[in-house]
Amino acid sequence: MANLKELCKKEEKVTGGHRLCAGCGAGVIARQVLSAVDGPVIVTCATGCLEVSTTIFPYTAWKTPFLHSAFENAAATCSGVESAYRSLKKQGKVKEDIRFITFGGDGGTYDIGIQSLSGAMERRHRMLYICYNNEAYMNTGIQRSGATPRGAQTTTAPTGKVKTGGKEQMRKDLTAIMVAHDIPYVAQAIAGNWNDLITKVQKALAVDGPSFINVLQPCRLGWGYKPEETLALGRLAVETCMWPIFEVVHGEYKISQKPKEKKPLVEFLKPQSRFKHLFRPENAELLASLQAEVDARWERLLKIEAKA
Amino acid sequence: MVTKTSKTGIIVAKTGNEAMAESMRQIAPDVVAAYPITPATEVVQIFSQFVADGIVPTEYVAVESEHSAMSACIGSCAAGARTMTGTSSQGLALMWEMLYIAAGLRLPIVMAEVNRALSAPINIHGDQSDTMGARDAGWIQIYSENSQEAYDNMIQAVRIAEKALLPTMVTTDGFIISHCLEVVETAPDAEVKAFVGEYKPARYLLDIKKPFTLGAIDLQDYYFEHRWQLAEAMRNASSIILDVAKDFKAKFGREYGLYEKYKMDDAEVALVIIGSAAGTAKVVIDELRAKGVKAGLIKIRVFRPFPAKELANDLAKVKAIAVMDRSDACAGSYAPLFNEVTAALYTNLTANLPKAVNYVYGLGGRDITLEHFNDVFSRLQGIAKGDKIGEPLTYINVRI
Repeated sequence: MANLKELCKKEEKVTGGHRLCAGCGAGVIARQVLSAVDGPVIVTCATGCLEVSTTIFPYTAWKTPFLHSAFENAAATCSGVESAYRSLKKQGKVKEDIRFITFGGDGGTYDIGIQSLSGAMERRHRMLYICYNNEAYMNTGIQRSGATPRGAQTTTAPTGKVKTGGKEQMRKDLTAIMVAHDIPYVAQAIAGNWNDLITKVQKALAVDGPSFINVLQPCRLGWGYKPEETLALGRLAVETCMWPIFEVVHGEYKISQKPKEKKPLVEFLKPQSRFKHLFRPENAELLASLQAEVDARWERLLKIEAKA
Repeated sequence: MVTKTSKTGIIVAKTGNEAMAESMRQIAPDVVAAYPITPATEVVQIFSQFVADGIVPTEYVAVESEHSAMSACIGSCAAGARTMTGTSSQGLALMWEMLYIAAGLRLPIVMAEVNRALSAPINIHGDQSDTMGARDAGWIQIYSENSQEAYDNMIQAVRIAEKALLPTMVTTDGFIISHCLEVVETAPDAEVKAFVGEYKPARYLLDIKKPFTLGAIDLQDYYFEHRWQLAEAMRNASSIILDVAKDFKAKFGREYGLYEKYKMDDAEVALVIIGSAAGTAKVVIDELRAKGVKAGLIKIRVFRPFPAKELANDLAKVKAIAVMDRSDACAGSYAPLFNEVTAALYTNLTANLPKAVNYVYGLGGRDITLEHFNDVFSRLQGIAKGDKIGEPLTYINVRI
């Protein structure tokens, strides 16, 4: 449980003045994640929206030590920082207890970065990897990623005269892949529920080993909606079960929020222009199949939780 | 009869890989992040045993690829840890973008690079195409002729990298030196430890009281200045390398420069060459000298920064030079070392430029013998007397 009063008194670890879009969820996620940390923390970040917008030389928005090296290797880079920490601590050259948090977009995490993430998790470094998941390669201009949901439009899977349905493939379930690495703490969260996200970060950091949180981040430019709707859209993703929020602690699933009334998927899809083609008559079947897919995944998640 | 250069020196038999691993044991870096690849594998394998036996305090990170190896090294070095790694060929090629990043971030990472041919075709044997291919990355490059040099270069590399704030790679020819047993004089642990000293970075991520951002994005208004600073650091590295070599000679008795001059004082015909084949060539030079031929060679030790001015001065009086490349740039013109040498000559000498011809040899571990060097010197003698050069680039010992 995060205490809002106490959180408000904390010093900001990410400052304003950066160049993220109005309404960007990534900045919100970064601030909230870092507000969950009490002691010293070192941040590593993959190339992407968050990194380029917050570190335009000679300025930086980060008040923590911050390292960016390349796109596909944030986890590997962090594993080096963490290894240096363990080595120097063992030799008595570093005294403090320091935590390590890596931020990567879905591009740098699901696709080009999956190898280095997998390796770092398998090696059991004590680091928390946060995927700020806006479901496409946003920094390079809204191209499809392995996290893009079926039916979404992106610039590399656009609708045209022949292909009318947007992305044809289902998104990868990276969270399940992380669970399969048998790491102590895995979770899904959203920008839009600060208490849930902050509590999860605190739990993850308390673990003596690797942890991973996949945070859905509505992107107003890439998804096409009004900037002030970011957090509400995040909550809609949970209420429609399009993006369930849950934790997996040592392999045991616990769903964080079960919607009292599961809302129809179209309530999540309608406000976003990346889905507007789905409401054309020729896409009626596709639209129905997307609801069916969400329902099936939700049922499966409920079953997995029940088994535990 | 093996004469020691230092009273406290220890004479041992080591392969190139063992010599490099031994130097790493004595340097005892804080972190080694590495991925195995033939023929460099043994360096980190032997080192892993040191870690398992508690002989070194090093954290060994068994990363899942070479790209991650250099990424982890960057993280570790930026964090404030003395960091080392090792690789060859495809491994170096895989970490190519990270080499540039390590240099751009001015991180003094030291790498043991066992020279191996680049695919395709895949070949695991020795040539210098891998490190030659990385010559523009901003790394200091020090090439070793034999196991002794490999051991000595690794130790010096730590001081050089940390003073110049440039990552540094030390090479050996794959299999030829890496797997070949030679007599090596090592130094006692305490002397090596004293020579390399403590790593004291001006700023580092684990210094949490002084947070900073590393790896920012530069727009058009800053990138050029940062890259100029990097190039300037490389230019300044020569004097640092010579200073460290001076101290190395004082402590261990062995002398190093930017290159080695072998019988060059009055040489009329000479080779410029890198690596183990210099040893073979020296035998031929001795034989020629006994016959009265004024033959010599310059063996490049420091390829980056390239000692252009000094080399031009030392080659000024030579009549005919053969530049021996153990890599081919597929340039459609000439090979890498030839381009560097002739640019140096053309830029620094005002008149009477020596004639220079290029040879590509030894790709993929193809042998080069005493006969081949004799042929090269015969041609050089002809050119020195006025023979036409003919083909500027010749391939040695290959079926065309």
